[in-house]
Amino acid sequence: MSDVQLALDGAAFDGLVQIEELAGQGMITLRGDLADDTIRASVNGLFGIDIPAQRGTAFAGDTGALWMSPDEMLLLCPYEGARAMADELAEKVKDAHALVVNVSDARTVFRLKGSMLREVIAKLAPADMSPGVFEPGELRRTRLAQVAAAFWMDDARNARVVCFRSVAGYVFGLLSTSADDASAVNHFTR
Amino acid sequence: MLCLECPYCGVAAEETDLHPGGEAHLKRFGPESSDDDFTGYLFHRENPKGVHFERWRHVNGCGKWFHAARCTNTLEVFGTYSAQTTEPPKDLLDTIRAKRPGFTWRDIA
Repeated sequence: MSDVQLALDGAAFDGLVQIEELAGQGMITLRGDLADDTIRASVNGLFGIDIPAQRGTAFAGDTGALWMSPDEMLLLCPYEGARAMADELAEKVKDAHALVVNVSDARTVFRLKGSMLREVIAKLAPADMSPGVFEPGELRRTRLAQVAAAFWMDDARNARVVCFRSVAGYVFGLLSTSADDASAVNHFTR
Repeated sequence: MLCLECPYCGVAAEETDLHPGGEAHLKRFGPESSDDDFTGYLFHRENPKGVHFERWRHVNGCGKWFHAARCTNTLEVFGTYSAQTTEPPKDLLDTIRAKRPGFTWRDIA
């Protein structure tokens, strides 16, 4: 397989938070009834994770699952194995009403690192980022300024943002501007 | 600002997360329907000052269509409910009747 071609060549920014385009995250979209036994068992067997509850995330080592909607899940795995994992999952769920697609190269993932990440996201998205409202373990699909995106917090100082690859440059620009050192509002730390 | 709770993902979505889909519970009249029925389906819409039933799509979120009942005058939201229905749920109608006695909307009262 050819090398990973990142949208922004691993762009990085250091400000209120550190922003970094992650190299090669394997991503597989699964559409189907997430309550279906075949689908649940297949995901659990292949990825070693239970299907997350509404808006939830689940991680086990280098795999993960993100609840995107009642009939959609984004599965995370190492980039190199994504195509094989997608093929294997498609084979396992072929008797269920489901669709499996490897979308690793259709999405871009950014990591935000730092204690100000709530504020950096809150400036761009119509989402309540207050501690106690949005916490690690929850995924939020919304917009960042003018484009759709999804984000979740791995812990209090780490978050990941997923957007379409075609708008990676726009989203990186947004995040960098929002994380500009001179733009601190300190809303959540006051 | 209008905030609607998406019944599919449970997010209290702000207006810019959503896309309006016009009036709810339209019955489609297609080929071989009468001219009057077709005209009504295509052009005639409710435009109430007060209780209204609408379709919305959580376009930047989970992507699902759903229904919302709200007051166009005060922006009060009475509730949201599933798209897989042809009429508002009874408990929601009871809530609206209690808050807006005597309201009418098409053949709902």
